[in-house]
Amino acid sequence: MDCDSWTAKLDTYLDGEFPSEEMRAFDAHVHSCSSCAADSLARLQMKRSVQAAGRRFTPTSNFRQRVERSIAIKPRSSFGVRWMFAAALSILVVASLLATYLGVQRSRRGQVYGEIADLHVAALASSSRVDVVSSDRHTVKPWFQGKIPFAFDLPELQNSEFSLLGGRMTYLDQTPGAHLIYAVRKHEISVFIFQEATLRGKWDERSPVTRELSFSMETWSQGGLRYCVVGDAAATDINSLAELLKSASSS
Amino acid sequence: MSRTDIQSDSFEDLAMPLFDQLYNFAHWLTRNRDEAEDLVQETYVKALRGFSSFQLGTNFRAWMYRILRNTFLTSRTGLKATMTVPLDLEQDGTDLPVDSVTPETIFIERSNTQLMRSTIDELPVYYREILLLCDVEEMSYQEISETLSIPIGTVMSRLSRARRTLRERLRLQFQEGPRPLSAAVASGINYGL
Repeated sequence: MDCDSWTAKLDTYLDGEFPSEEMRAFDAHVHSCSSCAADSLARLQMKRSVQAAGRRFTPTSNFRQRVERSIAIKPRSSFGVRWMFAAALSILVVASLLATYLGVQRSRRGQVYGEIADLHVAALASSSRVDVVSSDRHTVKPWFQGKIPFAFDLPELQNSEFSLLGGRMTYLDQTPGAHLIYAVRKHEISVFIFQEATLRGKWDERSPVTRELSFSMETWSQGGLRYCVVGDAAATDINSLAELLKSASSS
Repeated sequence: MSRTDIQSDSFEDLAMPLFDQLYNFAHWLTRNRDEAEDLVQETYVKALRGFSSFQLGTNFRAWMYRILRNTFLTSRTGLKATMTVPLDLEQDGTDLPVDSVTPETIFIERSNTQLMRSTIDELPVYYREILLLCDVEEMSYQEISETLSIPIGTVMSRLSRARRTLRERLRLQFQEGPRPLSAAVASGINYGL
């Protein structure tokens, strides 16, 4: 290959754009050919001169800051911030609604417990505490036939501290129910029985045993009926009577 | 990391290191500070908007330069600069052999950077840009091909013609310049270029 052929490709060689094998061939030729070596040097110097001359213009710091600000206003980011704000607002609204709903529910439950306590106190304060006076469950239970739209079972109280004093009709939230009064030592305990369907959602199932106005109260649902035991006796007595009633209902 | 997460922060991280060189290139194209600033600013805004279409892992520098160049070509200055394109632009030229004493060597001897700048500045924009991309920005032929949207073969031929044109104009500068040239230098120019 004559020098003209090498010279035609000299710029590509100096730009380092040949494959490594061809680069090595060029290196060998340039080392052996003084004409091409001088030509390479001259072109390389020209390349360096263009490079030095080309680095000429420098932006001002003000302009740089302006561009940085213009790309710092990130459409996608502001879009994201708007979404985050909207999401936070939504969460706040949902939380407020939830808190309001829970507050209302709690208030309703508190109101029901208060009404139960009122019924208990009102009955005890009455001159005629019970409409059917009997300690015999087989007398008291039939007394409610035709008066309330459901039937219930009462426990056998032999070998227990409890005694049945009698029963009476009662109403809660315009729903008829049975009100039984038991005695344990010197305390009197009321047992209220209503249809569960008509009072659904008014009870806190997570804490069936509560204390309202220092009355102990236990409530549960069984066989479609809502039982509520309330009195100023110890919580253990309330619970014992509740267990007796549960056993009677499930037997 | 999702594409959305990397969008804005990544763009700034990738683009701002190119700021000085993009501005330099823009100024060479527009030959005017205000227009160069407008061009760079528009380039960054366009690039940010279009960053979602940028394929991660491909050449970001070439992508930015391509946006800048396309923006320039559609500007008033760019349209004016590219109105006249020689018919033989993409034809391969044959490089003549150069002697040891050439305009290049003279330039080095005299360190006449200012003259080099003015000569580059007078080159047509299609020669000026490819020369700057190759020798100043030190882009590979592949990067230049991506930036200018032309085949690598065209990159090589256009670059060759740009360099030859630069040498010819340098020779004219020396012939017409006020400074006397030595006989040897004049001889070299006449012979080589």
